[in-house]
Amino acid sequence: MRKHDLKMLALLLVVPALVFTASCAGQFAYDPSVKTSLSEEEARLVAEGGEAMFVNEDIFFDFDSSALSQEAKHTLLRKDYWMKNNTGASVTIEGHCDERGTNEYNLALGERRAVVAKNYLVNLGINKSKIDTISYGEERPVDSGHDEAAWGKNRRAHFVIK
Amino acid sequence: MIGILFKIIRYATLVFFLVFTGLCYADYDYIDINSPSMRKIPLAVPLFKSLSSNRTELRVSEDASAILIETLDFTGYFDILNRKAFLSDPQKDGITTQSINFQNWTVIGSELLITGGMLVKGDTVQMELRLFDTFKGSLVVGKRYNGGIIHQKQMIRRFCTEVIYHLTGNKGYFNSKIAFVSTSSKTKEIYICDFDGYGSKRFTYANSISFFPAWSSDGNWMAYTSYKNGKPDIYIQHITEDTVYHINEKGMNIAPAWAPNTDALAATLSFSGDQEIYLLTGKGKIIKKLTDNRGIDISPTWSPDGKKMAFVSDREGSPQIFIKDFRTSQINRLTFQGNYNTQPSWSPKGDKIAYTGRDGQLNICVIGVDGKDLIQLTHGSGNNESPTWSPDGSLIAFSSTREGPSRIYVMTAYGTDQRRLLVLPGEQTNPKWSPEVSN
Repeated sequence: MRKHDLKMLALLLVVPALVFTASCAGQFAYDPSVKTSLSEEEARLVAEGGEAMFVNEDIFFDFDSSALSQEAKHTLLRKDYWMKNNTGASVTIEGHCDERGTNEYNLALGERRAVVAKNYLVNLGINKSKIDTISYGEERPVDSGHDEAAWGKNRRAHFVIK
Repeated sequence: MIGILFKIIRYATLVFFLVFTGLCYADYDYIDINSPSMRKIPLAVPLFKSLSSNRTELRVSEDASAILIETLDFTGYFDILNRKAFLSDPQKDGITTQSINFQNWTVIGSELLITGGMLVKGDTVQMELRLFDTFKGSLVVGKRYNGGIIHQKQMIRRFCTEVIYHLTGNKGYFNSKIAFVSTSSKTKEIYICDFDGYGSKRFTYANSISFFPAWSSDGNWMAYTSYKNGKPDIYIQHITEDTVYHINEKGMNIAPAWAPNTDALAATLSFSGDQEIYLLTGKGKIIKKLTDNRGIDISPTWSPDGKKMAFVSDREGSPQIFIKDFRTSQINRLTFQGNYNTQPSWSPKGDKIAYTGRDGQLNICVIGVDGKDLIQLTHGSGNNESPTWSPDGSLIAFSSTREGPSRIYVMTAYGTDQRRLLVLPGEQTNPKWSPEVSN
């Protein structure tokens, strides 16, 4: 009972704080359907997955968008969990685009994707000095195909441990 | 290299002077480059006359007349007549007004005639070149050039500039260059070629990603974006000397555009955490912020008078082109058709903006600066991007994937006469036409 109350109290404090910082950043409206922590099971998976899982799991975006999907937000929770358990690690988030736009705009869009991912992690409590961002626009596709399957893989934020 | 070549020509080798006095500057009623339905003018160019008939001279004569035809043909203004139809033999007949029987030319349909005389001495050549109006039977312009045979192309181009000037009232683009990005050496590097695609030379050796070349108004500096120090920064590099300035603010520093006739440029910098367009000195120092809006603000292009700037912003949801008027600080949206309009390029005359629109594929469009008269210039031929105007506003260069790999093409400002500019290994993108700098 007491434990539950404490949790509620913590939520009462944390949620407005999150909403406040989010509205400051102008990017993350509070969404009650988005979990803010991992299940024990998933946390164990992330811990076991280690560095390899951290760098291999990209987050993905829609065309001409830097908005985080539910799935992307969930993946960022895993990044958050890993970073909090590997506090020595510094990370670069690379923003990438598919080939369909124009180069200059894609470079700008790629940066927004990387920055949005970074800001989300900072809002979850990661020290912002631990995260750098860089955009490669459409210059470094992981899949050189010319169809939606390839484009979907290329519209990504990719994590690199420095 | 190119600059050195020009200097040699300028200071040492090439001596040129006006030979024929009393020539009046023509009314510019021969060719109206602003007319979309321009009629091609029939032009006869007989083989240039060899004045001493030595063997080198005959070869130079052939080369020189071929270069002249190719240069003038590039404009699309002329219908160059087949020599087989000619009624006079240039080797026997004269090349001056008094010695030409103009009826021989009008009867085969020629309205303009260019004659040349070549005198070769050792490794130098003296050229006399004349443009005639065959119906009036009069000289339009005549010039004599002296120089090394190796510089014959520059001499011919100078004369062609005179021809175009006398026919259109405009200096044309025969001294201009086109910078572009090529992966010929695997990584994206900046290259420079002549306006007609010849003489391409690699300009950057960064071995990373270098793109978005931008010429200063005097043609002496190239600003571009490169990852050579690990992240996208702007480098401002002299065309012929080793001087380089580096804009390395935190975040990214990209897509520069020089302000007209000023040692300053606009570029997108993101050090504040948001992408905004700033005005910077030619050495890369920030002067002031030109946009102030959350989200993407990118790809500045200046009106020729420097009083306005068009740029791309996603402030209303999708990437669209906006115009900022510096006198009023007003920003107005220019494009409303489609949901992805980027890469604006302001025309040299100031009345139009070319840009890349996306409707499934990317295509080049032109729109009046008042938002009227939108025309799509490319259709159903792969992706067509990065429009850039020739200095006289008559042509637009762009990149296209119509033949598979991306290559550089040119077309008239009305979308006609689309042709490939050059073939190099790898892919070519991001063409940027230089100003017409006299040398």
